[in-house]
Amino acid sequence: MAQALMNYLDPGAIVLGLKAATDQDVIRILADRLESLGYIKPSFAEAVIAREARLPTGLPLGGKNNVAVPHTDPVHVLKPGLALATLVDPVPFSNMEDADEKLEVKVVFLMALNDKDMQIEMLQEIAGTIQSPEVIAALIASKSVEDVSRLLG
Amino acid sequence: MAKQKTVLFACGTGIATSTVVAHAVEDAMKERGIRFNSRQCKATEVAGQIDDVDLVVTTTQLPKDLGKPVITTLAFLTGIGKADALDKIEAALRD
Repeated sequence: MAQALMNYLDPGAIVLGLKAATDQDVIRILADRLESLGYIKPSFAEAVIAREARLPTGLPLGGKNNVAVPHTDPVHVLKPGLALATLVDPVPFSNMEDADEKLEVKVVFLMALNDKDMQIEMLQEIAGTIQSPEVIAALIASKSVEDVSRLLG
Repeated sequence: MAKQKTVLFACGTGIATSTVVAHAVEDAMKERGIRFNSRQCKATEVAGQIDDVDLVVTTTQLPKDLGKPVITTLAFLTGIGKADALDKIEAALRD
């Protein structure tokens, strides 16, 4: 399977082995990276956090290695981009299909989106990637941006 | 030939996730020889769009008692339970 997620991921917005206490911490840390790289406006992080409370983005993968894909409206975005964090200890995100259920998330893809077609492509690539438990396990085990690039390139 | 049924795909914003799901379902149903009309909307818009719809497929929680069959599934994003979700959709479309 093609793993073309590296086409969207900025190496400067990949944070591996992050220690964070909450979903909000993860979102703020990744948003800081995207902001300093010129992808988003300063309003982005809080908008993502507010959306997550209403429309959560946790995706259950049937085990402990769940994924979340937080994002928000195009108005907070300057250009499309993707940030990635792998977490040392899982952080709870609410389940997209059942907001009352918390998922233990180990991988977070923070999406900066302002183009409908690219948004769909990016989400499709993420879906293709997370449907392989081997790839997710290898992603969590990745120690360097080069590892991630080999895996998702 | 029976009239094509209409499936309403819903997600939080009615754009990205529902498109990914709609494409996946369209491709899989084509392989099973089933065609249907496809529409998308936000979860909050479903109640107002339900009248001519035969089936709703959603990735996010919807109001209860919409009066039409609803399949809530993340299978087309996560891959988990995909065959089961497709069987349910096929059954609803052949019904």
